Amino acid sequence: MNWKSVIRAVCSVIFVIVTLFLLQKLLVPKYASDVVEGNLIAEYYGEEKDHDVIFIGDCEVYENFSPKVLWEEYGINSYIRGSAQQLIWQSYYLLEDTLRYEKPEVVIFNVLALKFDTPQKEAYNRMSLEGMEWSLSKVKAILASMTEEEHFLDYVFPILRYHSRWSELGEEDVSYMFHREPVSHNGYYMRVDVKPAENVPEGRILSNYQFGENALTYLDKMTALCRENGIRLVLVKAPSLYPWWYEEWEEQVEAYAEEHELLYLNFLELTEETGLDFSQDTYDGGLHLNLSGAEKITRYLGGVLREECALADRRGEADLSRAWAEKISAYEQEIARQQENAKRQEMAEEEETTE
Amino acid sequence: MLFTSYEFPGFLLVLFILYYIVPKRFQWSLLLIASYLFYFMANPYYLVYIAVTTLTIWFLGCRIERLQEEQSLYLKAHRERLGKEEKKAYKKEMQRGQRRLLLAALLLNLGILAVVKYTNFVIGNVNGFLHFVGSGKELGLVDLLLPMGISFYTFQAVGYIIDVYRGTCPAEKSLFRFALFVSFFPQLVQGPISRFGDLSRTLYGEHPFQWENMSRGLQRILWGYFKKLVIADRILTGVNEIIRNPDAYAGAFVLVGMLFYALELYADFTGGIDITIGVAQCLGIEVTENFNRPYFSKSIKEYWRRWHMTMGSWFTDYIFYPVSTCQPMLKLSRFSRRHLGEALGKRVPVYLSSFAVWLATGIWHGASWNFVVWGLGNWVVIMLSQELEPLYRRFHGKFQVGDKASYRFFQIVRTILLMSCLRTFDCYRDVPLTFKMFGTLLTVHNWNILWDGSLMALGLSGIDYGILFAGTLVLIVVSLLQRSGSVREKIGRQPYIVRFALWYGLFLTVLLMGAYGIGYDASQFIYNQF
Amino acid sequence: MEELLEILSNLHPDVDFENCKNLVDGKILDSFDIITIISEVAEAFDVTITAKYILPENFNSAEALYALIQKLEDEE
Repeated sequence: MNWKSVIRAVCSVIFVIVTLFLLQKLLVPKYASDVVEGNLIAEYYGEEKDHDVIFIGDCEVYENFSPKVLWEEYGINSYIRGSAQQLIWQSYYLLEDTLRYEKPEVVIFNVLALKFDTPQKEAYNRMSLEGMEWSLSKVKAILASMTEEEHFLDYVFPILRYHSRWSELGEEDVSYMFHREPVSHNGYYMRVDVKPAENVPEGRILSNYQFGENALTYLDKMTALCRENGIRLVLVKAPSLYPWWYEEWEEQVEAYAEEHELLYLNFLELTEETGLDFSQDTYDGGLHLNLSGAEKITRYLGGVLREECALADRRGEADLSRAWAEKISAYEQEIARQQENAKRQEMAEEEETTE
Repeated sequence: MLFTSYEFPGFLLVLFILYYIVPKRFQWSLLLIASYLFYFMANPYYLVYIAVTTLTIWFLGCRIERLQEEQSLYLKAHRERLGKEEKKAYKKEMQRGQRRLLLAALLLNLGILAVVKYTNFVIGNVNGFLHFVGSGKELGLVDLLLPMGISFYTFQAVGYIIDVYRGTCPAEKSLFRFALFVSFFPQLVQGPISRFGDLSRTLYGEHPFQWENMSRGLQRILWGYFKKLVIADRILTGVNEIIRNPDAYAGAFVLVGMLFYALELYADFTGGIDITIGVAQCLGIEVTENFNRPYFSKSIKEYWRRWHMTMGSWFTDYIFYPVSTCQPMLKLSRFSRRHLGEALGKRVPVYLSSFAVWLATGIWHGASWNFVVWGLGNWVVIMLSQELEPLYRRFHGKFQVGDKASYRFFQIVRTILLMSCLRTFDCYRDVPLTFKMFGTLLTVHNWNILWDGSLMALGLSGIDYGILFAGTLVLIVVSLLQRSGSVREKIGRQPYIVRFALWYGLFLTVLLMGAYGIGYDASQFIYNQF
Repeated sequence: MEELLEILSNLHPDVDFENCKNLVDGKILDSFDIITIISEVAEAFDVTITAKYILPENFNSAEALYALIQKLEDEE
């Protein structure tokens, strides 16, 4: 072997690695204009990590609570580490992951995920796990979440998973290869439109109402992890009317909260206190809250947190206030943008009907 | 572990590294461990079957050779004293002993194969018969484990012991070395069916690392994955759609299905063999080729000399020749010549022996009537073309077409179509349905499906067709280039940048256009269960 | 030898069996031909070429085949 061939080999290897890396960047979905929820988990890492409250859970946290309200009205700095159909072990490992960066005073977990005891859907796994930065927690989260058809290597090299996307690449895939616009407001996914809840069907009868053993194990682990770190764990059930929240489940959660001395808030039973109105406060007929609904229940939650957890009002901190001022302006811009869109759409629809 | 699983490349990587760092004399032992691990990972119970075959064949092979040695020593020692008749009697006696051992080996091992593979087929037929005679009784089917690749390794082991018996190959004295011959993992799943004399030349040798072997091997593996993942597994969707819904896809669809299946089977099987031979080459081991551009054959007979060659030669050597040269057959030959005339009478024994071969070939491919009919279909076509030979000759003489390119092309297309028709028998659920579907080719006039967009509804998109078209084109071009020697060597003579672009391009094609991962069924290599 | 050559050229009149040395490797004789030869030889020479002797090297040339026949005749 001479120098020439060594250099040639090194150059080839570098070329291969670089092109594969770029291809992978190009092929992974960007979740830019569609299913933006896919970006939620990753956005956390760009934040200043100094939160008092961390939310973990599925869409019932990231669509129903607005950290902006907690800041504006109570001076509580919070972040939502939510993702679509986040399973309880994913919540647990996301909490572990979060603790690598910061130690919040309160962790809020939404209990709906207790209903799942086994891995569910590959697509949701992807959205919950891909955004995580690599750590032992991520490895464990993947291993706990994989469905039978999945393979660990697909997470290490997402190009294997998304290799056939080359036929559906769009402009977004190029423009967001390295940089993505934030889609959430401290993990909150905002919607301003309204679609009243009507005739929400009752849950069908289940053969077994007992939460699964696996799910409960992770709840125990979560409780223990919070205790070890001196974090107050708060359980919530968001007021979403569907998926149905069974009385049998409620009893189990209540019993668990009592046994472990945890605060548990079931917003389904707090509609009077929060002033929630399902003819106004939901954008999809009762599954998720819209902006006005989220702000209402967050306002109530903030009050409880201040009372029960004695969280300090940090509005006096200059740096933090400055950061939040920026966030609030983005928040308001987003409201304006969505209202504008809605108006335009309404007009278009009207035109259509008059024609 | 399938060749297309993620574990397989990892397995290979670890094996290659270990293989070239352990002391060279332990290389074959490492291969034995790797092969058993490979098989163990597929299913631990498989090991029992392969161990039984290995042990019995090895032991009986050694015994047969011992008798042969005894015989020749005895004859040498008593050369002077024994008369011709005495020698003959002694030989006969000794050969009887050897034959008994051989029969024991064959009965046991082919017996195991027959039981695990054909029990349910037999039960199904018995039930059919019971039903036919109006008996209400029915036998239950049994749930037997069918070890992966059992047909391949059994045939390989049986071929070995027959060779030992014939004295054409020495018996392997080491049990472990023999165990490696039976279980060598690259060819365990789908062949080729190697001969001991061929494989043992390089299997047990000491192989220093050679970049040449490694790169050529990897190139061949990559080519195999291209055929398997980009072409075979992609078109599989369309094949399955057509053959699983015979009611929806009749007439011209049957033809489309045949041609799709021809492409799929070729890409799948030859791709798998490319991976096998490539892996062996990386290890410095030479495995016999199994294909020789079969779709360029000009007749069915030629096709079977070029497709799955190791199986064809196995059947020729171990069934066709013994059957056709046994005493009763020779007697029959004399008889038929006397009574049927010289020309036809000569052919009767040949036809009878090849009938046996094709029956066996059919049954070997699968435990169902579909394969029996398929095998005998091949026999009929070959016999007919043999009988029509004089007619052809006259035709060729009259029209001078024998060596025209256009006529050769016609012959090739004819052969592909004929083979595709025959293969239809292993596609559809049962034999009557296959005949019915053939019928629809004539009765259902829906040739417009070829251009009215119906083909887009088979689960294959325009992009899929684009890839398949381009991929097939590449296959054809490579096959054409291959006629004048190894394509890898031709590429090897190009400048570095060209070589790099070609191989990296092929890698990216497999990576991006391969039908693997979620969304595609992890389709097994078609030949796995044989 | 004469007799053998006659058998062979009856089979393939267009092949020069006296000089051709790769009858099997050159794919001139196929398995059908070999079987026909064996049965003709059995008729003419009264020897049986069993399957173990059907090797390319025994059938590649008329000479080799003749040598095989003689060897088998000796053994009988």
